[in-house]
Amino acid sequence: MVLATLGSILADPWRDPLTRRALAEAVLLAIAGGAIGCWIVFYNLAYSAESLAHALLPGLVVAALAGLPLLLGGAAGLVLAALGVALAARVPAIGRDTGVAVVVTTLFGLGALLALSSASPPGLQGILFGDILGVSNTDLALAGGLVVVVLGALGALHGRLVLVGFDRSNARALGVSPVLVDAALLVLVAVVLLVAVQGLGNLLVVAVLIAPAASARLLARRLAPMMAAAAAIAVAGVVGGLYLSFYAGTAAGASIAAVLVGLYALAGASSAMRARGPSRPQSAQEP
Amino acid sequence: MTRVRVEGLAAGYGGAPVLRDVAFELRGGDRVGLLGPNGGGKTTLFRVLLGELRPLAGTVEAPGRIGVVPQTERSRLDFPVSALDVALMGAVSRLPWWRRPGRAERGAAREALTAVGLAAEADATFGDLSGGQRQRVLVARALVQDASVVLLDEPFTGMDAASAERLEALLRRLAAEGRALLIATHDVDQARGWDRVLCVNGRQVAFGPPGDVLTREVLQATYGGAIVEIPGGGAVLPAHHHHDHAAG
Ligand SMILES: Nc1ncnc2c1ncn2[C@@H]1O[C@H](COP(=O)(O)OP(=O)(O)O)[C@@H](O)[C@H]1O
Ligand SMILES: [Mg+2]
Repeated sequence: MVLATLGSILADPWRDPLTRRALAEAVLLAIAGGAIGCWIVFYNLAYSAESLAHALLPGLVVAALAGLPLLLGGAAGLVLAALGVALAARVPAIGRDTGVAVVVTTLFGLGALLALSSASPPGLQGILFGDILGVSNTDLALAGGLVVVVLGALGALHGRLVLVGFDRSNARALGVSPVLVDAALLVLVAVVLLVAVQGLGNLLVVAVLIAPAASARLLARRLAPMMAAAAAIAVAGVVGGLYLSFYAGTAAGASIAAVLVGLYALAGASSAMRARGPSRPQSAQEP
Repeated sequence: MTRVRVEGLAAGYGGAPVLRDVAFELRGGDRVGLLGPNGGGKTTLFRVLLGELRPLAGTVEAPGRIGVVPQTERSRLDFPVSALDVALMGAVSRLPWWRRPGRAERGAAREALTAVGLAAEADATFGDLSGGQRQRVLVARALVQDASVVLLDEPFTGMDAASAERLEALLRRLAAEGRALLIATHDVDQARGWDRVLCVNGRQVAFGPPGDVLTREVLQATYGGAIVEIPGGGAVLPAHHHHDHAAG
Protein backbone atom coordinates (compact mmCIF):
# COMPACT_ATOMS: atom_id res chain seq x y z
CA MET A 1 0.00 0.00 0.00
CA VAL A 2 2.58 2.49 1.19
CA LEU A 3 5.00 1.37 -1.48
CA ALA A 4 2.34 1.70 -4.16
CA THR A 5 1.55 5.23 -3.01
CA LEU A 6 5.19 6.14 -2.91
CA GLY A 7 5.62 4.64 -6.35
CA SER A 8 2.86 6.70 -7.79
CA ILE A 9 4.16 9.84 -6.12
CA LEU A 10 7.50 9.20 -7.76
CA ALA A 11 6.06 8.19 -11.12
CA ASP A 12 3.21 10.66 -11.49
CA PRO A 13 5.25 13.58 -12.82
CA TRP A 14 6.60 11.50 -15.69
CA ARG A 15 3.36 10.20 -17.18
CA ASP A 16 3.35 13.04 -19.67
CA PRO A 17 5.86 12.78 -22.59
CA LEU A 18 6.46 16.50 -22.17
CA THR A 19 7.78 16.09 -18.64
CA ARG A 20 9.70 12.96 -19.60
CA ARG A 21 11.51 14.95 -22.28
CA ALA A 22 12.13 17.73 -19.78
CA LEU A 23 13.60 15.20 -17.36
CA ALA A 24 15.90 13.72 -19.98
CA GLU A 25 17.03 17.17 -21.12
CA ALA A 26 17.67 18.35 -17.58
CA VAL A 27 19.64 15.21 -16.68
CA LEU A 28 21.84 15.54 -19.78
CA LEU A 29 22.52 19.22 -19.14
CA ALA A 30 23.24 18.44 -15.49
CA ILE A 31 25.88 15.85 -16.40
CA ALA A 32 27.66 18.22 -18.78
CA GLY A 33 27.27 21.22 -16.48
CA GLY A 34 28.38 19.40 -13.33
CA ALA A 35 31.53 18.04 -14.96
CA ILE A 36 32.68 21.28 -16.56
CA GLY A 37 31.61 23.21 -13.47
CA CYS A 38 34.55 21.73 -11.54
CA TRP A 39 36.96 23.40 -13.94
CA ILE A 40 35.01 26.65 -13.82
CA VAL A 41 35.54 26.59 -10.06
CA PHE A 42 39.26 25.77 -10.26
CA TYR A 43 39.95 28.33 -12.95
CA ASN A 44 37.93 31.04 -11.16
CA LEU A 45 35.70 31.41 -14.19
CA ALA A 46 32.36 31.77 -12.37
CA TYR A 47 32.22 35.47 -13.19
CA SER A 48 33.16 34.85 -16.82
CA ALA A 49 30.51 32.13 -17.15
CA GLU A 50 27.88 34.40 -15.66
CA SER A 51 28.94 37.19 -18.02
CA LEU A 52 28.82 34.93 -21.05
CA ALA A 53 25.33 33.75 -20.12
CA HIS A 54 24.06 37.31 -19.81
CA ALA A 55 25.78 38.44 -22.98
CA LEU A 56 23.81 35.80 -24.88
CA LEU A 57 20.54 37.60 -24.19
CA PRO A 58 20.24 40.04 -27.14
CA GLY A 59 21.13 37.27 -29.58
CA LEU A 60 18.47 35.00 -28.07
CA VAL A 61 15.85 37.76 -28.17
CA VAL A 62 16.60 38.69 -31.78
CA ALA A 63 16.48 35.02 -32.76
CA ALA A 64 13.16 34.59 -30.95
CA LEU A 65 11.72 37.71 -32.64
CA ALA A 66 12.91 36.58 -36.06
CA GLY A 67 11.75 33.02 -35.53
CA LEU A 68 15.29 31.66 -35.94
CA PRO A 69 16.77 28.86 -33.84
CA LEU A 70 17.76 30.24 -30.46
CA LEU A 71 21.11 28.44 -30.73
CA LEU A 72 22.00 30.56 -33.76
CA GLY A 73 21.05 33.76 -31.98
CA GLY A 74 22.97 32.76 -28.87
CA ALA A 75 26.10 32.00 -30.92
CA ALA A 76 25.86 35.38 -32.64
CA GLY A 77 25.40 37.02 -29.23
CA LEU A 78 28.55 35.31 -27.94
CA VAL A 79 30.64 36.49 -30.89
CA LEU A 80 29.32 40.01 -30.38
CA ALA A 81 30.17 39.87 -26.68
CA ALA A 82 33.67 38.53 -27.35
CA LEU A 83 34.32 41.34 -29.83
CA GLY A 84 32.94 43.91 -27.41
CA VAL A 85 35.10 42.68 -24.54
CA ALA A 86 38.18 42.55 -26.76
CA LEU A 87 37.56 46.14 -27.86
CA ALA A 88 36.80 47.41 -24.35
CA ALA A 89 39.92 45.74 -22.97
CA ARG A 90 42.01 47.72 -25.49
CA VAL A 91 40.90 51.03 -24.03
CA PRO A 92 43.68 51.58 -21.49
CA ALA A 93 41.53 53.65 -19.13
CA ILE A 94 38.91 50.91 -18.69
CA GLY A 95 40.68 47.71 -17.75
CA ARG A 96 39.62 44.16 -18.28
CA ASP A 97 37.08 43.52 -15.50
CA THR A 98 35.35 46.84 -16.00
CA GLY A 99 35.37 46.27 -19.76
CA VAL A 100 33.61 42.94 -19.34
CA ALA A 101 31.10 44.45 -16.93
CA VAL A 102 30.32 47.38 -19.25
CA VAL A 103 29.91 45.21 -22.35
CA VAL A 104 27.85 42.53 -20.61
CA THR A 105 25.54 44.98 -18.86
CA THR A 106 25.04 46.84 -22.13
CA LEU A 107 24.24 43.65 -24.01
CA PHE A 108 21.92 42.38 -21.29
CA GLY A 109 20.08 45.71 -21.21
CA LEU A 110 19.86 45.76 -24.98
CA GLY A 111 18.35 42.28 -24.93
CA ALA A 112 15.76 43.24 -22.33
CA LEU A 113 14.94 46.44 -24.23
CA LEU A 114 14.49 44.55 -27.50
CA ALA A 115 12.26 41.98 -25.86
CA LEU A 116 10.10 44.50 -24.01
CA SER A 117 9.68 46.97 -26.86
CA SER A 118 8.56 44.36 -29.34
CA ALA A 119 4.92 44.39 -30.40
CA SER A 120 4.75 40.63 -29.90
CA PRO A 121 7.02 39.86 -26.94
CA PRO A 122 9.01 36.68 -27.61
CA GLY A 123 8.48 35.13 -24.20
CA LEU A 124 11.15 36.93 -22.25
CA GLN A 125 10.27 34.86 -19.23
CA GLY A 126 11.15 31.64 -21.03
CA ILE A 127 14.46 33.08 -22.15
CA LEU A 128 15.39 34.40 -18.72
CA PHE A 129 14.17 31.53 -16.59
CA GLY A 130 14.25 28.65 -19.02
CA ASP A 131 11.61 26.63 -20.75
CA ILE A 132 12.52 23.09 -19.86
CA LEU A 133 9.02 21.82 -20.61
CA GLY A 134 9.25 23.24 -24.10
CA VAL A 135 12.23 21.19 -25.29
CA SER A 136 11.98 19.42 -28.63
CA ASN A 137 13.54 16.17 -29.74
CA THR A 138 16.15 18.21 -31.57
CA ASP A 139 17.06 19.94 -28.30
CA LEU A 140 17.33 16.56 -26.67
CA ALA A 141 19.67 15.26 -29.35
CA LEU A 142 21.72 18.42 -29.00
CA ALA A 143 22.01 17.93 -25.25
CA GLY A 144 23.10 14.32 -25.79
CA GLY A 145 25.76 15.51 -28.22
CA LEU A 146 26.83 18.11 -25.67
CA VAL A 147 27.46 15.45 -23.04
CA VAL A 148 29.60 13.45 -25.45
CA VAL A 149 31.60 16.51 -26.54
CA VAL A 150 32.09 17.90 -23.04
CA LEU A 151 33.10 14.62 -21.41
CA GLY A 152 35.31 13.74 -24.38
CA ALA A 153 37.06 17.12 -24.37
CA LEU A 154 37.50 17.17 -20.58
CA GLY A 155 38.92 13.66 -20.74
CA ALA A 156 41.36 14.50 -23.52
CA LEU A 157 42.45 17.77 -21.93
CA HIS A 158 42.54 16.40 -18.38
CA GLY A 159 46.32 16.31 -17.93
CA ARG A 160 46.73 19.84 -19.29
CA LEU A 161 43.81 21.23 -17.28
CA VAL A 162 45.27 19.72 -14.10
CA LEU A 163 48.74 21.04 -14.85
CA VAL A 164 47.68 24.62 -15.55
CA GLY A 165 45.24 24.63 -12.64
CA PHE A 166 47.91 23.34 -10.26
CA ASP A 167 50.92 25.28 -11.47
CA ARG A 168 50.00 28.00 -13.95
CA SER A 169 53.24 29.93 -13.57
CA ASN A 170 55.39 26.95 -14.53
CA ALA A 171 53.08 25.36 -17.09
CA ARG A 172 55.11 26.65 -20.02
CA ALA A 173 58.27 25.18 -18.58
CA LEU A 174 56.42 21.86 -18.50
CA GLY A 175 55.49 22.24 -22.15
CA VAL A 176 51.89 23.39 -21.82
CA SER A 177 50.55 26.77 -22.91
CA PRO A 178 48.18 28.16 -20.27
CA VAL A 179 46.66 30.54 -22.83
CA LEU A 180 45.62 27.66 -25.08
CA VAL A 181 44.23 25.66 -22.17
CA ASP A 182 42.26 28.70 -20.95
CA ALA A 183 40.93 29.28 -24.45
CA ALA A 184 39.88 25.66 -24.88
CA LEU A 185 38.09 25.71 -21.53
CA LEU A 186 36.31 28.99 -22.29
CA VAL A 187 35.13 27.67 -25.65
CA LEU A 188 33.75 24.57 -23.91
CA VAL A 189 32.01 26.72 -21.30
CA ALA A 190 30.50 28.85 -24.07
CA VAL A 191 29.23 25.75 -25.88
CA VAL A 192 27.67 24.40 -22.68
CA LEU A 193 25.98 27.74 -22.02
CA LEU A 194 24.67 27.94 -25.58
CA VAL A 195 23.02 24.54 -25.41
CA ALA A 196 21.89 24.76 -21.79
CA VAL A 197 20.54 28.31 -21.77
CA GLN A 198 17.34 27.36 -23.57
CA GLY A 199 16.27 24.74 -21.09
CA LEU A 200 17.64 26.29 -17.90
CA GLY A 201 17.29 29.98 -18.67
CA ASN A 202 19.65 32.89 -19.01
CA LEU A 203 19.60 33.75 -15.32
CA LEU A 204 19.67 30.26 -13.82
CA VAL A 205 21.96 28.30 -16.13
CA VAL A 206 25.03 29.32 -14.15
CA ALA A 207 23.55 27.72 -11.01
CA VAL A 208 23.79 24.29 -12.64
CA LEU A 209 27.42 24.98 -13.54
CA ILE A 210 28.64 26.37 -10.21
CA ALA A 211 26.55 25.02 -7.33
CA PRO A 212 27.14 21.26 -7.89
CA ALA A 213 30.87 21.78 -8.43
CA ALA A 214 31.13 23.92 -5.31
CA SER A 215 29.31 21.18 -3.34
CA ALA A 216 31.47 18.41 -4.78
CA ARG A 217 34.59 20.42 -3.90
CA LEU A 218 33.62 20.05 -0.26
CA LEU A 219 33.14 16.29 -0.48
CA ALA A 220 35.79 14.87 -2.84
CA ARG A 221 39.56 14.84 -2.50
CA ARG A 222 40.45 13.93 -6.10
CA LEU A 223 39.46 15.43 -9.42
CA ALA A 224 37.79 12.46 -11.10
CA PRO A 225 35.56 11.66 -8.08
CA MET A 226 34.85 15.36 -7.73
CA MET A 227 33.63 15.60 -11.32
CA ALA A 228 31.52 12.47 -10.87
CA ALA A 229 30.10 13.85 -7.63
CA ALA A 230 29.34 17.22 -9.24
CA ALA A 231 27.51 15.54 -12.10
CA ALA A 232 25.57 13.35 -9.63
CA ILE A 233 24.66 16.33 -7.46
CA ALA A 234 23.57 18.28 -10.53
CA VAL A 235 21.39 15.37 -11.65
CA ALA A 236 19.90 15.09 -8.14
CA GLY A 237 19.28 18.83 -8.22
CA VAL A 238 17.44 18.90 -11.52
CA VAL A 239 15.40 15.78 -10.74
CA GLY A 240 14.53 17.10 -7.27
CA GLY A 241 13.75 20.49 -8.78
CA LEU A 242 11.38 18.98 -11.32
CA TYR A 243 9.54 17.07 -8.56
CA LEU A 244 9.34 20.26 -6.52
CA SER A 245 8.05 22.10 -9.55
CA PHE A 246 5.42 19.40 -10.22
CA TYR A 247 4.06 19.14 -6.70
CA ALA A 248 4.54 22.71 -5.50
CA GLY A 249 3.51 24.23 -8.81
CA THR A 250 6.64 26.39 -8.90
CA ALA A 251 8.61 27.37 -12.00
CA ALA A 252 10.93 24.56 -13.10
CA GLY A 253 14.13 26.60 -13.46
CA ALA A 254 13.73 28.34 -10.11
CA SER A 255 12.89 25.03 -8.36
CA ILE A 256 16.03 23.44 -9.76
CA ALA A 257 18.15 26.36 -8.57
CA ALA A 258 16.53 26.17 -5.12
CA VAL A 259 17.23 22.43 -4.76
CA LEU A 260 20.84 22.94 -5.91
CA VAL A 261 21.39 25.59 -3.28
CA GLY A 262 19.85 23.27 -0.68
CA LEU A 263 22.23 20.48 -1.72
CA TYR A 264 25.14 22.89 -1.39
CA ALA A 265 24.06 23.71 2.16
CA LEU A 266 23.87 19.97 2.92
CA ALA A 267 27.35 19.39 1.49
CA GLY A 268 28.67 22.29 3.54
CA ALA A 269 27.12 20.95 6.73
CA SER A 270 28.42 17.43 6.10
CA SER A 271 31.93 18.64 5.38
CA ALA A 272 31.89 20.83 8.51
CA MET A 273 30.77 17.85 10.57
CA ARG A 274 33.54 15.65 9.18
CA ALA A 275 36.08 18.38 9.90
CA ARG A 276 35.06 18.32 13.56
CA GLY A 277 35.03 14.52 13.79
CA PRO A 278 38.14 12.53 14.72
CA SER A 279 38.52 10.79 11.36
CA ARG A 280 39.71 13.78 9.33
CA PRO A 281 43.12 13.02 7.82
CA GLN A 282 45.76 15.15 9.46
CA SER A 283 48.75 16.59 7.64
CA ALA A 284 51.15 13.74 7.08
CA GLN A 285 54.30 13.77 9.17
CA GLU A 286 57.72 13.51 7.67
CA PRO A 287 58.60 9.79 7.78
CA MET B 1 79.51 19.45 -19.78
CA THR B 2 77.93 22.90 -19.92
CA ARG B 3 74.17 22.69 -19.54
CA VAL B 4 73.33 26.40 -19.36
CA ARG B 5 75.36 29.39 -20.53
CA VAL B 6 74.20 32.92 -19.76
CA GLU B 7 75.94 36.05 -21.07
CA GLY B 8 75.26 39.74 -20.56
CA LEU B 9 71.76 39.03 -19.33
CA ALA B 10 69.33 41.73 -18.25
CA ALA B 11 65.71 41.04 -17.31
CA GLY B 12 62.71 42.97 -16.03
CA TYR B 13 58.98 43.46 -16.14
CA GLY B 14 58.41 46.36 -18.51
CA GLY B 15 60.17 49.10 -16.52
CA ALA B 16 63.87 49.28 -15.72
CA PRO B 17 65.63 45.90 -15.51
CA VAL B 18 65.37 44.28 -12.07
CA LEU B 19 68.40 42.10 -12.86
CA ARG B 20 71.40 42.90 -15.07
CA ASP B 21 75.03 42.02 -15.89
CA VAL B 22 74.41 38.32 -15.36
CA ALA B 23 76.95 35.91 -16.85
CA PHE B 24 77.57 32.37 -15.62
CA GLU B 25 77.38 28.77 -16.65
CA LEU B 26 75.93 25.64 -15.12
CA ARG B 27 77.76 22.39 -15.68
CA GLY B 28 76.45 18.88 -15.28
CA GLY B 29 77.25 17.57 -11.81
CA ASP B 30 77.35 21.04 -10.25
CA ARG B 31 75.23 22.28 -7.38
CA VAL B 32 75.18 26.05 -7.67
CA GLY B 33 73.86 28.18 -4.83
CA LEU B 34 71.92 31.29 -5.87
CA LEU B 35 72.25 33.89 -3.13
CA GLY B 36 70.53 37.23 -2.92
CA PRO B 37 68.25 39.32 -0.74
CA ASN B 38 64.48 39.23 -1.11
CA GLY B 39 63.69 41.09 -4.31
CA GLY B 40 67.26 40.54 -5.48
CA GLY B 41 66.13 38.85 -8.70
CA LYS B 42 66.49 35.12 -7.93
CA THR B 43 63.01 34.15 -9.10
CA THR B 44 63.31 36.50 -12.06
CA LEU B 45 66.47 34.69 -13.16
CA PHE B 46 64.61 31.37 -12.94
CA ARG B 47 61.80 32.72 -15.07
CA VAL B 48 64.25 33.77 -17.75
CA LEU B 49 65.99 30.39 -17.72
CA LEU B 50 62.60 28.69 -18.03
CA GLY B 51 61.67 30.84 -21.02
CA GLU B 52 58.75 32.50 -19.26
CA LEU B 53 60.39 35.89 -19.35
CA ARG B 54 62.20 37.19 -22.41
CA PRO B 55 65.62 38.72 -21.64
CA LEU B 56 65.91 42.48 -22.17
CA ALA B 57 69.53 41.94 -23.21
CA GLY B 58 72.06 39.13 -23.46
CA THR B 59 71.74 35.46 -24.30
CA VAL B 60 70.67 32.26 -22.61
CA GLU B 61 71.82 28.96 -24.08
CA ALA B 62 70.09 25.97 -22.54
CA PRO B 63 69.70 23.09 -24.97
CA GLY B 64 68.41 20.53 -22.45
CA ARG B 65 65.16 20.25 -20.56
CA ILE B 66 64.88 22.43 -17.48
CA GLY B 67 62.81 21.35 -14.51
CA VAL B 68 61.67 23.64 -11.73
CA VAL B 69 60.78 23.21 -8.08
CA PRO B 70 58.84 26.43 -7.46
CA GLN B 71 58.21 28.24 -4.21
CA THR B 72 55.16 27.04 -2.29
CA GLU B 73 51.91 28.69 -3.32
CA ARG B 74 48.60 28.49 -1.50
CA SER B 75 46.68 27.58 -4.67
CA ARG B 76 48.74 24.42 -5.09
CA LEU B 77 47.95 23.21 -1.58
CA ASP B 78 44.20 23.45 -2.19
CA PHE B 79 44.27 21.56 -5.46
CA PRO B 80 42.85 18.01 -5.13
CA VAL B 81 45.74 16.03 -6.61
CA SER B 82 47.86 13.18 -5.30
CA ALA B 83 51.65 13.11 -5.20
CA LEU B 84 51.49 10.73 -8.16
CA ASP B 85 49.31 13.18 -10.12
CA VAL B 86 51.91 15.90 -9.56
CA ALA B 87 54.80 13.67 -10.63
CA LEU B 88 52.79 12.71 -13.74
CA MET B 89 52.67 16.37 -14.81
CA GLY B 90 56.27 15.94 -15.90
CA ALA B 91 55.07 13.59 -18.64
CA VAL B 92 52.27 15.74 -20.07
CA SER B 93 54.32 17.51 -22.72
CA ARG B 94 55.65 14.21 -24.06
CA LEU B 95 52.14 13.05 -24.94
CA PRO B 96 49.97 14.32 -27.78
CA TRP B 97 47.15 16.44 -26.37
CA TRP B 98 44.45 13.83 -26.83
CA ARG B 99 46.36 11.03 -25.04
CA ARG B 100 45.99 10.37 -21.33
CA PRO B 101 49.07 9.22 -19.41
CA GLY B 102 49.28 5.44 -19.67
CA ARG B 103 51.10 2.63 -17.96
CA ALA B 104 54.53 3.82 -19.10
CA GLU B 105 54.01 7.33 -17.74
CA ARG B 106 52.59 6.05 -14.44
CA GLY B 107 55.55 3.72 -14.12
CA ALA B 108 57.96 6.60 -14.66
CA ALA B 109 56.13 8.72 -12.10
CA ARG B 110 56.20 5.96 -9.48
CA GLU B 111 59.87 5.37 -10.16
CA ALA B 112 60.60 9.07 -9.68
CA LEU B 113 58.65 9.11 -6.40
CA THR B 114 60.66 6.10 -5.27
CA ALA B 115 63.87 7.92 -6.21
CA VAL B 116 62.95 10.84 -3.94
CA GLY B 117 61.94 8.47 -1.13
CA LEU B 118 58.19 8.93 -1.42
CA ALA B 119 57.00 5.62 -2.87
CA ALA B 120 54.64 5.16 0.07
CA GLU B 121 53.12 8.64 -0.33
CA ALA B 122 52.20 8.23 -4.02
CA ASP B 123 48.47 8.32 -3.28
CA ALA B 124 48.57 10.98 -0.56
CA THR B 125 47.03 14.37 -1.28
CA PHE B 126 49.75 16.86 -2.23
CA GLY B 127 48.45 19.55 0.12
CA ASP B 128 48.48 17.13 3.08
CA LEU B 129 52.21 16.37 2.75
CA SER B 130 54.82 18.16 4.83
CA GLY B 131 56.78 21.00 3.25
CA GLY B 132 59.82 18.78 2.73
CA GLN B 133 57.77 16.02 1.13
CA ARG B 134 56.11 18.52 -1.23
CA GLN B 135 59.50 19.77 -2.39
CA ARG B 136 60.56 16.19 -3.10
CA VAL B 137 57.35 15.49 -5.04
CA LEU B 138 58.18 18.50 -7.23
CA VAL B 139 61.71 17.15 -7.67
CA ALA B 140 60.11 13.88 -8.79
CA ARG B 141 58.12 15.86 -11.37
CA ALA B 142 61.39 17.25 -12.73
CA LEU B 143 62.79 13.69 -12.87
CA VAL B 144 59.77 12.51 -14.87
CA GLN B 145 60.43 15.44 -17.21
CA ASP B 146 63.92 13.99 -17.59
CA ALA B 147 65.35 17.42 -16.86
CA SER B 148 69.11 17.79 -17.13
CA VAL B 149 68.91 21.09 -15.26
CA VAL B 150 66.81 21.57 -12.13
CA LEU B 151 66.06 25.00 -10.68
CA LEU B 152 64.98 25.05 -7.02
CA ASP B 153 63.48 28.25 -5.66
CA GLU B 154 64.24 28.49 -1.93
CA PRO B 155 63.45 24.81 -1.34
CA PHE B 156 64.86 24.85 2.21
CA THR B 157 62.90 27.84 3.46
CA GLY B 158 60.72 26.96 6.45
CA MET B 159 61.95 23.36 6.55
CA ASP B 160 63.03 21.55 9.73
CA ALA B 161 66.57 20.19 10.03
CA ALA B 162 65.70 16.53 9.35
CA SER B 163 63.76 17.37 6.16
CA ALA B 164 66.53 19.71 5.04
CA GLU B 165 69.15 17.00 5.48
CA ARG B 166 67.04 14.58 3.46
CA LEU B 167 66.63 17.11 0.63
CA GLU B 168 70.38 17.89 0.75
CA ALA B 169 71.15 14.20 0.27
CA LEU B 170 68.72 14.00 -2.64
CA LEU B 171 70.29 17.03 -4.35
CA ARG B 172 73.76 15.55 -3.86
CA ARG B 173 72.59 12.41 -5.63
CA LEU B 174 70.90 14.29 -8.50
CA ALA B 175 74.12 16.20 -9.13
CA ALA B 176 76.18 13.01 -8.95
CA GLU B 177 73.96 11.62 -11.72
CA GLY B 178 75.14 14.47 -13.95
CA ARG B 179 72.39 17.03 -13.56
CA ALA B 180 73.06 20.71 -13.04
CA LEU B 181 71.26 22.24 -10.07
CA LEU B 182 70.67 25.91 -9.39
CA ILE B 183 69.39 26.33 -5.84
CA ALA B 184 68.16 29.65 -4.50
CA THR B 185 68.81 29.83 -0.76
CA HIS B 186 69.21 32.24 2.11
CA ASP B 187 71.67 29.97 3.89
CA VAL B 188 75.18 31.11 3.08
CA ASP B 189 76.79 28.34 5.12
CA GLN B 190 74.83 25.71 3.23
CA ALA B 191 75.98 27.16 -0.09
CA ARG B 192 79.60 26.91 1.09
CA GLY B 193 79.23 23.15 0.77
CA TRP B 194 78.19 23.33 -2.88
CA ASP B 195 80.27 23.60 -6.05
CA ARG B 196 79.64 27.20 -7.03
CA VAL B 197 77.72 30.22 -5.88
CA LEU B 198 76.03 32.99 -7.84
CA CYS B 199 75.36 36.16 -5.86
CA VAL B 200 72.78 38.62 -7.17
CA ASN B 201 71.35 41.87 -5.89
CA GLY B 202 69.62 43.51 -8.83
CA ARG B 203 72.77 42.69 -10.75
CA GLN B 204 75.33 39.91 -10.56
CA VAL B 205 77.72 40.49 -7.68
CA ALA B 206 79.89 37.41 -8.09
CA PHE B 207 80.07 33.91 -9.51
CA GLY B 208 82.57 31.17 -8.74
CA PRO B 209 83.62 28.52 -6.23
CA PRO B 210 82.35 29.38 -2.74
CA GLY B 211 85.85 29.49 -1.28
CA ASP B 212 86.83 32.28 -3.70
CA VAL B 213 83.55 34.11 -3.87
CA LEU B 214 82.04 34.21 -0.40
CA THR B 215 84.15 37.01 0.97
CA ARG B 216 82.92 39.64 3.36
CA GLU B 217 82.94 42.21 0.58
CA VAL B 218 80.83 40.08 -1.73
CA LEU B 219 78.33 39.26 1.00
CA GLN B 220 78.11 42.92 1.91
CA ALA B 221 77.47 43.84 -1.72
CA THR B 222 74.90 41.04 -1.99
CA TYR B 223 72.93 41.69 1.17
CA GLY B 224 73.76 45.29 1.96
CA GLY B 225 74.55 45.90 5.62
CA ALA B 226 72.42 43.02 6.86
CA ILE B 227 75.22 40.58 7.68
CA VAL B 228 76.71 39.62 10.98
CA GLU B 229 80.30 38.65 11.63
CA ILE B 230 80.86 35.39 13.46
CA PRO B 231 84.09 34.44 15.20
CA GLY B 232 86.38 32.35 13.02
CA GLY B 233 86.09 34.58 9.98
CA GLY B 234 82.66 33.64 8.63
CA ALA B 235 79.83 35.98 7.95
CA VAL B 236 76.20 34.92 8.22
CA LEU B 237 72.82 36.46 7.75
CA PRO B 238 70.65 37.44 10.67
CA ALA B 239 68.24 34.65 11.55
CA HIS B 240 65.11 36.36 10.23
CA HIS B 241 66.42 36.10 6.68
CA HIS B 242 66.03 32.34 6.76
CA HIS B 243 62.31 32.38 7.31
CA ASP B 244 61.07 35.30 5.26
CA HIS B 245 58.97 33.06 3.04
CA ALA B 246 58.10 30.43 5.60
CA ALA B 247 54.38 31.30 5.61
CA GLY B 248 52.03 29.63 3.14
N1 LIG C 1 55.58 40.02 -11.97
C1 LIG C 1 56.32 41.08 -11.62
N2 LIG C 1 56.05 42.31 -12.11
C2 LIG C 1 56.78 43.37 -11.77
N3 LIG C 1 57.84 43.33 -10.94
C3 LIG C 1 58.18 42.14 -10.43
C4 LIG C 1 57.45 40.96 -10.73
N4 LIG C 1 58.01 39.91 -10.08
C5 LIG C 1 59.04 40.43 -9.39
N5 LIG C 1 59.16 41.76 -9.60
C6 LIG C 1 60.20 42.65 -9.04
O1 LIG C 1 61.44 42.20 -9.48
C7 LIG C 1 62.40 42.28 -8.44
C8 LIG C 1 63.03 40.92 -8.24
O2 LIG C 1 62.05 40.03 -7.72
P1 LIG C 1 62.31 38.48 -7.57
O3 LIG C 1 63.00 37.98 -8.78
O4 LIG C 1 61.02 37.85 -7.21
O5 LIG C 1 63.31 38.47 -6.31
P2 LIG C 1 63.69 37.25 -5.35
O6 LIG C 1 63.16 35.98 -5.94
O7 LIG C 1 65.17 37.30 -5.29
O8 LIG C 1 63.09 37.55 -4.01
C9 LIG C 1 61.67 42.80 -7.22
O9 LIG C 1 61.93 44.18 -7.12
C10 LIG C 1 60.24 42.55 -7.53
O10 LIG C 1 59.44 43.53 -6.94
MG1 LIG D 1 61.85 34.62 -5.10
